[in-house]
Amino acid sequence: MAAVLESLLREEVSVAAVVRWIAHSTRGSEDNPGEAAALSSLRPLRKEFVPFLLNFLREQSSRVLPQGPPTPAKAPGASAALPGRPGGPSRGSRGARSQLFPPTEAASTAAEAPLARRGGRRRGPGPARERGGRGLEEGVSGENLPGAGGRRLRGSGSPSRPSLTLSDPPNLSNLEEFPPVGSVPPGPAGTKPSRRINPTPVSEERSLSKPKTCFTSPPISCVPSSQPSALDTSPWGLGLPPGCRSLQEEREMLRKERSKQLQQSPTPTCPTPELGSPLPSRAGSLTDEPADPARVSSRQRLELVALVYSSCIAENLVPNLFLELFFVFQLLTARRMVTAKDSDPELSPGVLDSLESPLFQSIHDCVFFAVQVLECHFQVLSNLDKGTLKLLAENERLLCFSPALQGRLRAAYEGSVAKVSLAMPPSAQAVSFQPETDNRANFSSDRAFHTFKKQRDVFYEVLREWEDHHEEPGWDFEKGLGSRIRAMMGQLSAACSHSHFVRLFQKQLLQMCQSPGGAGGTVLGEAPDVLSMLGADKLGRLWRLQERLMAPQSSGGPCPPPTFPGCQGFFRDFILSASSFQFNQHLMDSLSLKIRELNGLALPQHEPSDEDGESDVDWQGERRQFAVVLLSLRLLAKFLGFVAFLPYRGPEPPPTGELQDSILALRSQVPPVLDVRTLLQRGLQARRAVLTVPWLVEFLSFADHVVPLLDYYRDIFILLLRLHRSLVLSQESEGKMCFLNKLLLLAVLGWLFQIPTVPEDLFFLEEGPSDAFEVDTVAPEHGLDAAPVVDQQLLYTCCPYIGELRKLLALWVSGSSGRSGGFMRKITPTTTTGLGAQPSQTSQGLQARLAQAFFHNQPPSLRRTVEFVAERIGSNCVKHIKATLVADLVRQAESLLQEQLVTQGEEGGDPAQLLEILCSQLCPHGAQALALGREFCQRKSPGAVQALLPEETPAAVLSSAENIAVGLATEKACAWLSANITALIRREVKAAVSRTLRAQGPEPAARGERRGCSRACEHHAPLPSHLISEIKDVLSLAVGPRDPDEGVSPEHLEQLLGQLGQTLRCRQFLCPPAEQHLAKCSVELASLLVADQIPILGPPAQYRLERGQARRLLHMLLSLWKEDFQGPVPLQLLLSPRNVGLLADTRPREWDLLLFLLRELVEKGLMGRMEIEACLGSLHQAQWPGDFAEELATLSNLFLAEPPLPEPQLRACELVQPNRGTVLAQS
Amino acid sequence: MKCISLAECWEETITFPGPEDTGLGIQTSQSQATLLSIFSQEYQKHIKRTHAKHHTSEAIESYYQRYLNGVVKNGAAPVLLDLANEVDYAPSLMARLILERFLQEHEETAPSKSVINSMLRDPSQIPDGVLANQVYQCIVNDCCYGPLVDCIKHAIGHEHEVLLRDLLLEKNLSFLDEDQLRAKGYDKTPDFILQVPVAVEGHIIHWIESKASFGDECSHHAYLHDQFWSYWNRFGPGLVIYWYGFIQELDCNRERGILLKACFPTNIVTLCHSLA
Repeated sequence: MAAVLESLLREEVSVAAVVRWIAHSTRGSEDNPGEAAALSSLRPLRKEFVPFLLNFLREQSSRVLPQGPPTPAKAPGASAALPGRPGGPSRGSRGARSQLFPPTEAASTAAEAPLARRGGRRRGPGPARERGGRGLEEGVSGENLPGAGGRRLRGSGSPSRPSLTLSDPPNLSNLEEFPPVGSVPPGPAGTKPSRRINPTPVSEERSLSKPKTCFTSPPISCVPSSQPSALDTSPWGLGLPPGCRSLQEEREMLRKERSKQLQQSPTPTCPTPELGSPLPSRAGSLTDEPADPARVSSRQRLELVALVYSSCIAENLVPNLFLELFFVFQLLTARRMVTAKDSDPELSPGVLDSLESPLFQSIHDCVFFAVQVLECHFQVLSNLDKGTLKLLAENERLLCFSPALQGRLRAAYEGSVAKVSLAMPPSAQAVSFQPETDNRANFSSDRAFHTFKKQRDVFYEVLREWEDHHEEPGWDFEKGLGSRIRAMMGQLSAACSHSHFVRLFQKQLLQMCQSPGGAGGTVLGEAPDVLSMLGADKLGRLWRLQERLMAPQSSGGPCPPPTFPGCQGFFRDFILSASSFQFNQHLMDSLSLKIRELNGLALPQHEPSDEDGESDVDWQGERRQFAVVLLSLRLLAKFLGFVAFLPYRGPEPPPTGELQDSILALRSQVPPVLDVRTLLQRGLQARRAVLTVPWLVEFLSFADHVVPLLDYYRDIFILLLRLHRSLVLSQESEGKMCFLNKLLLLAVLGWLFQIPTVPEDLFFLEEGPSDAFEVDTVAPEHGLDAAPVVDQQLLYTCCPYIGELRKLLALWVSGSSGRSGGFMRKITPTTTTGLGAQPSQTSQGLQARLAQAFFHNQPPSLRRTVEFVAERIGSNCVKHIKATLVADLVRQAESLLQEQLVTQGEEGGDPAQLLEILCSQLCPHGAQALALGREFCQRKSPGAVQALLPEETPAAVLSSAENIAVGLATEKACAWLSANITALIRREVKAAVSRTLRAQGPEPAARGERRGCSRACEHHAPLPSHLISEIKDVLSLAVGPRDPDEGVSPEHLEQLLGQLGQTLRCRQFLCPPAEQHLAKCSVELASLLVADQIPILGPPAQYRLERGQARRLLHMLLSLWKEDFQGPVPLQLLLSPRNVGLLADTRPREWDLLLFLLRELVEKGLMGRMEIEACLGSLHQAQWPGDFAEELATLSNLFLAEPPLPEPQLRACELVQPNRGTVLAQS
Repeated sequence: MKCISLAECWEETITFPGPEDTGLGIQTSQSQATLLSIFSQEYQKHIKRTHAKHHTSEAIESYYQRYLNGVVKNGAAPVLLDLANEVDYAPSLMARLILERFLQEHEETAPSKSVINSMLRDPSQIPDGVLANQVYQCIVNDCCYGPLVDCIKHAIGHEHEVLLRDLLLEKNLSFLDEDQLRAKGYDKTPDFILQVPVAVEGHIIHWIESKASFGDECSHHAYLHDQFWSYWNRFGPGLVIYWYGFIQELDCNRERGILLKACFPTNIVTLCHSLA
């Protein structure tokens, strides 16, 4: 490796040749023969060059970046090497550079071993040793590296062996303190996990060998390690003998390794020392060293390396573009050089080659190098968000070293509209209840329905509790909610309930987590929440404010591990706490279905022809729609991955050896939860990678260690690697993928390659068939990939870690303890829109093909409009038929039923039979539905299409569009109607029948047609509640107990009855129960009047109601009963033993009022004579005092004796009544 | 009583409905109605606390004996009512207690709840005339329990719903009412769901629930659990109108999506169609 670099530096080969050499192994013809010869001998090492280069740079820079923000250390290998210590993250806070070579290995746990082994295979054995040494140095002194770099360079000049021996001693001595984990280093081919990769000889340079687990922490901290070794020992020398090392050499290395392990085993791993050193150095007291272009030490060399490095980045030979940018930014913002002089001599007796001296000898060198690299990547930079651009453009070092670049950046900043905000909308919104899916008809039983009703409430209760408490320290999800969740899940017995719950869960998930930019949290497939449009301004401002207040210092470095931020945590914890396999299965089913559905969604395709202003408007919509779909897909896929791989993930180290083989054999039998391979292949073919890959990455990020070893997934990774290599940003051409689309893919793929479970050898081992990446594109001319669907907002939303770049720059501006939050700007939240209509699946035949052809050359919005109209009109058509034809039939059914009931008597016969008869009569009418439906679609569709299409749509196009819309709508409606109309009629008639039969029952419709008051009524009548309350007061006075001076005035009684009349006539506030009670109370009142039991206020002598007054009041009551009550009045209560018994208490008893009342009842037709007779008859059966029974009998006889007289006589009779009654009573 | 202390400090803590807010033309002043509502709630709480004490078999037996002794002496005297007052129990509930005990003694089988309810609604059905009168007396003299009071409460609730409906119609806000919702198969039904949501004081409102009572802590929490959150869970944020006022501190879920008011809101913001 070093040799390559050497020859490059010596200008023996050109940069272009080197890059070609790296990228395309086979194709050397364009190179000049000399170069080709020089390089061909190195061919076997080709794959190792990039890791070597990256590690080399990290190594070289290690002196420069001891403090400051964590650097994602060395590139692939480096980051990969990040050990998976459980405590990783916290360590991340350590200073940057020192961790590069830290004893991380010592810390690395057994879990990482296999990975390390795998890497090791590739990369060379020995390093562990050296690493150990390095770690020690760092741990102890905190400033080790400078020397190392120098030494290495020196070594490079000479063959490997010497340097190796040179470096050995210090390392060994350090081993005791920082023993490398034994497993890390050697990993011979035998243990290699994947059989697809040819064994590579182990090399000593092990940059890639370390496990990447460090992921969780800001990568820097854990930087791995092997580099040092690579540099120290082999690199420069190793490269020279083209034919790699012999097996013996390998064995030798193994042996050494083993001995190292032995040494270290007694000492427990002690990663801590490394922590110590950086921290102090981080203290804010550091003064920044100014950088001066004039003081750059070896320009030419730096330029060359920068060029090679840039080319590797540009060719996607590095696994993670943004990690490299992060590194370069770190160099740019390096504050000062660690004094290395002291350590240098000890470490290396210098060799004086041109390469011997450190690459970065001063801050000036670093900044120069960084600016050189940045100049090559202006295009990427200019596509970063506006905030980052501003910071870059304002960076004084950049201005100083390259005014030209600064000028371009400033221009880019000024022209940029890419404001990005990652604020999340504040609070949860519930999934709305949809009768079509949620009402009783969707459940197997009442019980299931009501259980689910409760579960919905429990679910939200739990959610709210989580919202309230999850940020409190000490609150624990499982402790707080676990048992409640499991109890709730326990009630979901029926499978159908599970699917209901899962639907709720999934919708809620999408609603809460899907769109950080969306204002109201619009849910896919549902109408956009109109409310979110209201006051969007205020909301936006609030969020902006919140964002500033809450902007996190750091979100875990440029390569954070997969996490569940914000609300997602709730759903993850819910799944974990529920620990229900039924739930998980249903959830996976549902997620898979939704993913398929969204992934297959016909998203608009780019139209190159459409370049006028309005296409811009269109594209905003398209972009928004795409973002909604993509973010939803990513969210769903993340959870699918989480649940699907949940059973296979655990804290224990991945299996090895035979165990691993057997697990592989087993797992390869298990079909994937979702056929992602096919979806990926199709996505690539259809040029929809920009949609498919990002969610696939989310899915894969949760894979367990075994997954990448399975053939099925291996294929996927290989496809992804090829895709990655093919996404060269500088190659832009018509019909190819857009720049930002590529950037998004590069970012997500780069991130995926850093995931601990993804073996690092994947990236570098895979023969780069980059140029061979021509997926058999039967693809449409312009796939989604070619459409500008990705903008910065989406890019940063999907890859928040890109924002680390901005934080780095902000930190530079603000001093060592920067508040990066201040630089964040919020963009106006974009409202997400619901998805448009989906293509109708039903179109068939030639007409359909013609229609397709018609759309082919029309703007996509036309197609969507037509499909949308067809879908809606078709659906409305069904509703229209229901409201007209079916409603008519139901009315017919009701009248038929009435007839039936009249002819057959009250009982009417068996309801089921009745229903059958009615249906047989009515269902044939359903045939009209199709004709009516057709007519409806014909009538409604054209107008809708016209309204939705632009004015200038040519007449012919318009009429075709209308016709197609009519056809599609009709097809849709008729298909539904012909299949369902009969059942629909049946159902509605059945409901009507049972309604009618119920109405026949004991409750004669209280809500007759007389309901409601006259139009002129102003509803000023007293309220029913008030009246009942007043009457109750009178009753309680009458019933007692009462004070002697309590009573009511006759006027009050009269007024009360008057009010009752008003209330009954204005029925505005009257409900049936109130009317019933009023009726009953009025009867009670009448009884009390008749028995003269109402205490009257006034002169003590009076005390009793005057006869005439009583009669007047009774008249009022009679008229109310007759005219104003619409419900039944329980008049028979007048003759109940209790009420008649009231008379028994009066002395003297006066029967005249009762007799008067009875006669009036009969006269007004309120009660039948027979009815009264029956009541009187039954009164005799009660037990009465002797005299009372006699009088009652007399009354009865008197009433019965009276012939039913014609009216005039009755009036006369009434006049004499009092006397008669009195006489009677006294007799 | 507790309601007194509540009343003492209500100036600060209670949101009163403004006098102009009610369209119901109730003669009593609003603050009096509010006081009555508070009193009723406090009394109910009191009864709930002591309910168990009166339902031990010893207590029932002792009440029944006292009742029997009383009516034997004088059937016309308010025996049952006095008894209830003496032991500090609601007269209607005492009547129910004695009626149940009476029926147990006179019928072979234990009386069903519906039979008891029906007899309480119409004491004429009670086989014993004296008991019927006693029960009736209890019912008409009870201010917080019994079929008559239940009906009054129901009527008050209904009247306020009607009032609210009128106000919605007047403001041209289209809505679905409880009956329509039930017909569509909704499992939980607020009084009104707005077909087009509105905003009140910056809060989105999808549904409105009318409560013709005072919103105290106890009842509000019960309502939250049984109704308001369930509505939120299905229809999003909404508005509760406590026509008789409420304790201010309870209005703490505004941000969460449950807004409390003591009257129909005056500043309703509707969706402008020009926005769409």
